[in-house]
Amino acid sequence: MSKSERPNPLFRNLNAKVASIPMILTASVVFVGGTLWTVLYSFTNSKLLPRLNFVGLDQYYRLWATPRWLISIENLLIYGAISLVFSLVIGFLLAALLDQKIRFEDTFRTIFLYPFALSFIVTGLVWQWLLNPDFGIQHVVRDLGWTSFSFDPLYNSSIVIYGISIAALWQGTGLIMCLMLAGLRGIDEDIWKAARVDGIPMWKTYLFIVIPMMRPVFITTLVIIASGIVKVYDLVVAQTSGGPGIASEVPAKYVYDYMFFAQNLGQGFAASTMMLLSVVIVVVPWAYLEFGGRKRG
Amino acid sequence: MRYKLLTAAFAATAALQFAGPAAATDLEVTHWWTSGGEAAAVAEFAKAFDATGNHWVDGAIAGSGGTARPIMISRITGGDPMGATQFNHGRQAEELVQAGLMRDLTDIATKGKWTEVVRPKSLLDSCTIDGKIYCVPVNIHSWQWLWLSNEAFEKAGVPLPKDWNEFVAAAPALEKAGIIPLAVGGQSWQSSGAFDVLLAAVGGTDAFLKVYKDKDAKFAAGPEIAKVFKAADDARKMAKNTNVQDWNQATNLVITGKAGGQIMGDWAQGEFQVAGKVAGKDYTCLPGLGLNEVIATGGDAFYFPLLKDADKSKAQEVLAETLLDPKTQVAFNLKKGSLPVRGDVDLNAANDCMKKGLAILAKGNVIPWTDQLMSQDTQRQKEDLFAEFFAKPDLTVEDAQKRFADLIAAAD
Repeated sequence: MSKSERPNPLFRNLNAKVASIPMILTASVVFVGGTLWTVLYSFTNSKLLPRLNFVGLDQYYRLWATPRWLISIENLLIYGAISLVFSLVIGFLLAALLDQKIRFEDTFRTIFLYPFALSFIVTGLVWQWLLNPDFGIQHVVRDLGWTSFSFDPLYNSSIVIYGISIAALWQGTGLIMCLMLAGLRGIDEDIWKAARVDGIPMWKTYLFIVIPMMRPVFITTLVIIASGIVKVYDLVVAQTSGGPGIASEVPAKYVYDYMFFAQNLGQGFAASTMMLLSVVIVVVPWAYLEFGGRKRG
Repeated sequence: MRYKLLTAAFAATAALQFAGPAAATDLEVTHWWTSGGEAAAVAEFAKAFDATGNHWVDGAIAGSGGTARPIMISRITGGDPMGATQFNHGRQAEELVQAGLMRDLTDIATKGKWTEVVRPKSLLDSCTIDGKIYCVPVNIHSWQWLWLSNEAFEKAGVPLPKDWNEFVAAAPALEKAGIIPLAVGGQSWQSSGAFDVLLAAVGGTDAFLKVYKDKDAKFAAGPEIAKVFKAADDARKMAKNTNVQDWNQATNLVITGKAGGQIMGDWAQGEFQVAGKVAGKDYTCLPGLGLNEVIATGGDAFYFPLLKDADKSKAQEVLAETLLDPKTQVAFNLKKGSLPVRGDVDLNAANDCMKKGLAILAKGNVIPWTDQLMSQDTQRQKEDLFAEFFAKPDLTVEDAQKRFADLIAAAD
């Protein structure tokens, strides 16, 4: 159909290009456009409705002087460290144990993965009851005779974030286990045989041979865990709604509360921009090492 | 084939639209009254409106006002306005009005002589922006109540306190009997509201207005407010064993005699009624904590988004008149447990506590509430502060007061 002799490279694979237009538009308008819009309005004093009335960095000064924001950041760091370390370690251990050609592997896999089928809201409610001192674990243990037993993490400001992390680990570890198991199954049997012939103990084989070979799986897992950490919101809302007091607040909740409950869009945008910035700070150096390095090499 | 179907569908919709005006006009009304007593109350509005030949389409949004308001606002700003919507009167809808999204009701108000019948006058003032009236107040809800469980005090063997100070003095006896002296739920608005009540009761009306109306930060850092913080410190010590979140769970502790008392608005009365408790016999209410008998004139109001449809706009006018009709006012407020906004209605069926409230209202001992005085932004910061204060014993009274004064300095 083309009139020109030489086909324009722009029109090569036209079907594929046309087909990807909706996604390109979505990504550039909704994602990039929305991000830029948010960052722009975070420098304004928008209240209920967005208004272009610039106030410089005022929203950011206020943000970093707000105790609730500082507590949110601290909680996110604790929660992040716990879920990163424990879900990786527990997930890998469970996967390694399941990989020992045990009986009823399917059953165990189903049991471990089952919590992942529940939403964070349901998980949060279940654990809210379990950790409630009046009906939950503490109550049961006291009924068994240990009357001085005390376990009420959700009602104690200083440890409430750990109580939330328990629920998150219970929910998320199964998925990590499955990813790890898939990675382990991807390792060639021959490598195990070779290691056994060389007399390398099993734990050493895992640590120095198998894990380095599973690098792509670990990277996928890391991305999944990390994105889960930054956006944690519903779990906190269901379990404690930020309490006791403001001891279990998280950044995503701050953004939502200030945008919609406090009718202060500017403040909410500033907080979400800070969240974006923290992700960028983590992701950019990693992406540079990961992709930039490969090109040179 | 498909096109034919589509055309038919379009024709049908068009026909329906043309058929519309002949029948009753549907008007969607959104609100967040979903608990048992609230739903019964709002049904009274629907009944009265349907009787005018229009049709009330109920748009109840479950959850509290905090959940419902963002949904309502995004519908109005997103170009899909409802016929009418509830807000707490005051500053929640201020920006929507300024953006020209809300309907000016001044003509209807002049016709209905609202300025004469609505009492107290401050209610209508908070519906007024730049001399124009934008909302219809429908009830008065006041926060200034201390609800006491007679049973709990009997069990502890101490006489029923007549004011806050006696209540604080009775706290050790209650604790000894295994009763939580004061129930304060974990939600942040509860602790923040309790502080505001203490401010008006312990500090007095002038102090309340100086802080929240004039936003006098120097005064907020001063010795008079320090007294209020001292009272709040007592309150948090008395409340430290409350392991519940929702306000009605906290009220339930008082109903069952597990807690001595609760500082909560008059909506708590609905819970006592549902539980079959009698005012004066099973429970006692102390307006203004027994120290300063004032009630705040917070409450609910209806706002009317600007609509293009002429029929619906006419139905809005009818609804606005219906809401303030004396008969509707009585029927609604008796079920809701709130006070009517008109002084000229008969409320013989009201119970003890409601009558106390009406008497204070008649005397004119009213103060504007925080919804009317401060932006949602400032209120949220205040809630954050008091949520932390009540949950964290190591946040000292001095530090909290300093943060409170900073907050007032930046308030709008």
